[in-house]
Amino acid sequence: MIREVLLLFMVIFAGTGGELCISRAMKSAGEVIDFRPVSLVRFVWLAIRVRWTWIGIGLMAMAFFSLLGMLSIEQVSFVVPVTALSYAAGALGAAVFLREHVSAQRWLGVLIVCVGVTMVWFSKR
Amino acid sequence: MREPARQMKGVTALHLKTYVALAAIITFAPLGNVLLSKGMKGMPSAMHWQPRELLSILGHILSSPYIWLGIAAQLAFFVTYMVVLSWADYSYVQATSAFSYAVVAVLGYVILGEIVNPLRAAGIAVICVGVLVVARTSPRTTGLVQPSAITTTAERAD
Repeated sequence: MIREVLLLFMVIFAGTGGELCISRAMKSAGEVIDFRPVSLVRFVWLAIRVRWTWIGIGLMAMAFFSLLGMLSIEQVSFVVPVTALSYAAGALGAAVFLREHVSAQRWLGVLIVCVGVTMVWFSKR
Repeated sequence: MREPARQMKGVTALHLKTYVALAAIITFAPLGNVLLSKGMKGMPSAMHWQPRELLSILGHILSSPYIWLGIAAQLAFFVTYMVVLSWADYSYVQATSAFSYAVVAVLGYVILGEIVNPLRAAGIAVICVGVLVVARTSPRTTGLVQPSAITTTAERAD
């Protein structure tokens, strides 16, 4: 049980932390308005020079291996739905880390997701 | 006279390619997870968490064809997701991709023989509703980002 919670914690927080770091890196690199291959390569070159990109990649790799660990001990129809908790972590992280305005409707959606995750969690008993 | 007909044809083509891309998204992501799950079943567990033991497990993982097929499916999902975002709204794509949670349960049953009990099925349905509520909010809540620094850098180089 402790191992599952620990792995889930890693999947959610390392995954969401990675996405937030990548999001922060992308925002500092600027919005992509030109989708030609040369411009995209130039954008990737810019992005990999941002420190947050590498922190994000590291965290996402940790989340991926934690997901593999969880899939080795639990059913996929349990693991994937409970990772929807990342919507809650994402909303919290976006509000705190990226200073985004999270509306009441978004918090309501996050609450509904949490209810669904709780139901899936108890379904394995 | 031909202009409206051409525009109509363009809209139909846009809808068609969006539906095809979304079908690919809600297939590839769950398929990737199911294949990764199949690959991870039967893998040795870490008992002592020593580097040598972990490297041995990593070797087992990387030698599984299901893991590579799963990674390929996840990559296909990621590329399709990025491509569809180049013309479709993020909120629209995110909302429809929530059905991946339902597809993963179906694929888990078909490919892995996992039984999805009523409480889990109801939980997945509630998660889909929650994601749809999140997706109906504005995809951008901060100020507009300045046009790409790429252009700025390129202009500086010129």
